[in-house]
Amino acid sequence: MRLPSALSDWFSAQGWALHPHQTEMLSRASEASTLLIAPTGGGKTLAGFLPSLAEITPETQGLHTLYLSPLKALAADIRRNLRRPVEGAGLPIRIEDRTGDTSYTQRRRQRADPPHILLTTPESLALLLSYEDAPRIFAGLKRVVIDEIHALAESKRGDQLMLQLARLQALNPGLRRVGLSATVEDPPALAAFLGSQTAILQADPGPDPDIQMLHTQAPPPWAGGGGRYAIADVLQQVAAHKTTLIFHNTRAQAEIFFHHLWLANTDDLPIGIHHGSLSRDQRARVEQAMTDGRLRAVVCTGSLDLGLDWGDVDLVIQVGAPKNIKRLVQRIGRANHRYNAPSKALLVPANRFEVIECQAALEAVRARTLDGDPRARGPRDVLCQHILATACAAPFDAGALYAEAISAGPYASLTRAEFDACLEFTATGGYALRAYDKWQRLMIRQGKHSLRDPRTAATIRQNLGTIIDTETLKVRLKGRMGGTPLGEVEEAFASTLTRGDTFLIGGQIVRYEGLNELTVEVTRQPGRDPKVAVFSGTKFATSTQLSERILRLLQQPDWPDLPAHTVQWLKLQRDLSRLPAPGRLLIESFPYDGREHLCLYGFAGRNAQQTLGLLLTKRMEDQGLNPLGFVATDYATLIWGLAPTPDPAALLSLQTLRHDLETWLSGNAVMKRGFRNIATIAGLIERQHQGRRKSGRQATFSSDILYDTLRKYDPDHLLMQLTREEAMRGLVDFGRLEDLLARIGTDIDHIRLNQPSPFAAPLFLEPGKIPIHGQGREKLAEEAARQLMRNAGLL
Amino acid sequence: MYPFALADCRLCALPSGALYWPDQQLLCISDLHLGKSERIARRGGSLLPPYETRATLERLDSDIEATGARRIVCLGDSFDDLAAAEGLDSADQLWLTRLMAGREWIWIEGNHDAGPVEIGGSHLAELRLGPLRFRHIATSDPAEISGHYHPKLRLAGRALRCFLLDAQRLVLPAYGTYTGGLWSDDAILVGLMQPTALALALSKTILPLPMPR
Repeated sequence: MRLPSALSDWFSAQGWALHPHQTEMLSRASEASTLLIAPTGGGKTLAGFLPSLAEITPETQGLHTLYLSPLKALAADIRRNLRRPVEGAGLPIRIEDRTGDTSYTQRRRQRADPPHILLTTPESLALLLSYEDAPRIFAGLKRVVIDEIHALAESKRGDQLMLQLARLQALNPGLRRVGLSATVEDPPALAAFLGSQTAILQADPGPDPDIQMLHTQAPPPWAGGGGRYAIADVLQQVAAHKTTLIFHNTRAQAEIFFHHLWLANTDDLPIGIHHGSLSRDQRARVEQAMTDGRLRAVVCTGSLDLGLDWGDVDLVIQVGAPKNIKRLVQRIGRANHRYNAPSKALLVPANRFEVIECQAALEAVRARTLDGDPRARGPRDVLCQHILATACAAPFDAGALYAEAISAGPYASLTRAEFDACLEFTATGGYALRAYDKWQRLMIRQGKHSLRDPRTAATIRQNLGTIIDTETLKVRLKGRMGGTPLGEVEEAFASTLTRGDTFLIGGQIVRYEGLNELTVEVTRQPGRDPKVAVFSGTKFATSTQLSERILRLLQQPDWPDLPAHTVQWLKLQRDLSRLPAPGRLLIESFPYDGREHLCLYGFAGRNAQQTLGLLLTKRMEDQGLNPLGFVATDYATLIWGLAPTPDPAALLSLQTLRHDLETWLSGNAVMKRGFRNIATIAGLIERQHQGRRKSGRQATFSSDILYDTLRKYDPDHLLMQLTREEAMRGLVDFGRLEDLLARIGTDIDHIRLNQPSPFAAPLFLEPGKIPIHGQGREKLAEEAARQLMRNAGLL
Repeated sequence: MYPFALADCRLCALPSGALYWPDQQLLCISDLHLGKSERIARRGGSLLPPYETRATLERLDSDIEATGARRIVCLGDSFDDLAAAEGLDSADQLWLTRLMAGREWIWIEGNHDAGPVEIGGSHLAELRLGPLRFRHIATSDPAEISGHYHPKLRLAGRALRCFLLDAQRLVLPAYGTYTGGLWSDDAILVGLMQPTALALALSKTILPLPMPR
């Protein structure tokens, strides 16, 4: 296929020449499915669109190309970027974007009269496909371009999108698909995800990045995140470069860092902030300023991991440990968006542990080893949602929908029985007790499944999508219900607070006073270190490969590549206790603050360390040791309780742990959280909208009750199976725990100390403490109630 | 079990959320909301696990067994709506009949189940027994026992259902399985209860504390 002469003339006039992989995409235009892997700055997106630009003529009717991006911002940016050559060459092509931010009028017009190229997100596509007129909207669709497919494939959004592609393919059998991806560790797996006939096109990966740890005047703090200590050094770097992206792992940390950056920014360098919690206007303003070259730096989160070609970025700073080498490499690629120029990046560890992790990551990037876990089979809660959404559009034939589902990469191995169980769930609830024969959601009419009550389509559409927003609560100063709140915290975080806990919000330290309705009430507490350092952590676990590198690094005799402060800390740990080693498990126990503590350095990643905490506290509860709670990081689990554990190694038999797992799986908070997400995606519970949450407190009840009820009366229910399977892989990560225990065997070193060790001390400041609701807590509740009665003079 | 007195009657709050009056062999529970999942499904909502009626009856059964109550007072919103009472699963219906057999059973009207229900027992708007009045929603009358609000509170980091008790009245927690709650510091409850009110939190045992407000 050749470019229209008007377009190639325009390219020449701009002095642009196509990269080899861009030309190659043109010549592969007629192939059914192509995966293009190219580094950032390689003109991937244009490569994906070239065949469309060549094919669309003034005679082309309706929608020709559908472009899908994981980010709303990306869809809008691509529209701007694509319009330039299209308008410059005078091509007769209409390009529009459609996201949750698009106005109602425009969305309606787009349904009636679709543009040639529609730029959208998986969620907006799900909605479009659920309308009765979907076949008309998508009639004549020729091409689908999926941008940043490596990012979509990391979540359920990707699974949902592949089911939607199968739907589109059924509507238009000649549909051709293109996936655009950054560097990944396993290209064939990603190709299979996109479709069984996918060919891979690999562009030149480009030169090695220039990446180092940032040298700071002050050493990093012992715990917490955010990297505030490095503000002055970061500012110097910003001043020395044209444009800098400063990445943070969480929105909260980005906010706090930005605040302090401004306080220290005496030269008034123009610096902006960008993350997913900001309003659309705010984000758009920053993006525009960046495009215009008016900003020297942007403090950002994953919202800028992808897309947005800003050619002038010449430095990327990553604050906080990258957790995963692949993502780090992709982030680094954001600097120097010119193809074949090395990217420049600096790492800023947020605490002492992260210094070690950053050093290990640097070595991995230089060795060009990427990490990653193989993708799991397509999750069935997403399939349940897809079945409901399909029913919203029109009655469907079960056999045809099954055939369609298994044509989607992630669902290729889905059995008919598994599909039927999902169908049964959406139709009748799928309970062992047949209760809803009269009130089925889907009924078979004339051999096809259709909605019993067509009015329910509205509710189903409102609940489409696989992104579960964490519920947040506003934080206000006590006694000032009016006025601007200090910020928002996740409900799950708020529930871990007890009165007197101090935490950081909006750059200031506050003391938790209590919950009032849906508001967290706090008082100002200047000048004290926060007890709980941040209010939201990254959910990614440090990868196995990176953890192994860290453990090997700890074995060096004098750590020549680490900064002096960290070397000092490691030496102290070696002197006072011991350093964790590969193939061994270090356990410390010590009293502190009136409680007994147990610390296990498994380096198994946050999720597996959390599981270890849950299983061990269960054992301890059974043995009457009254555990009260624990906290897990990527490196260690810290458990506290009322009694000391005499022989912790005895708790660690793999056989016992595996035996406990099933019992334990059923009753814990992590499972309940997982169940809530699965039940929401599968359509059992409706999304909590702010307004309804407020008015309906008395009428609505927590999904925990549903979980407990199913566990008791219908433990093999589909959603319980899915919750268990997902937990084993993700949140529970039992596989990694098994690997750990198999590796260490009996090589367990228990060290009794009379105070926290240098390694253990930072764990006390970690967020995300998990309470154990056992005898210990019962005793404390009794004590608390007694104390309140005494204070009131009633006892 | 937490004994206390209201209008000189000796009463007992149970950790299950039921109230027992030994002198009358009377067990009182409120807001069972039986048939809630069926009602939601009927209205085209989600198909929730249809086991909440069974779960609620199971607890009621063991409370009746443990106390040996001869007289049962259901303080309103016993059914999630009137149709739910008729739509009760036959096994659940049988269970309920078995519980009612040989006992005096009083259904007080609630806002969800106002009006007579096609099920045995007496149906009353309210009940007066000795100095006590039993009704669904609290009024300003003294010596009153009511439900409706589903009170709950936070204690040592946990959300717990609770009774609210002052010199004038007792408000029962919701007994039903699929029931949410209203925080005790909600303006409605703060306005209803006297400043010296106690909350009796439901945990493994009853934990009395000054009502959080």
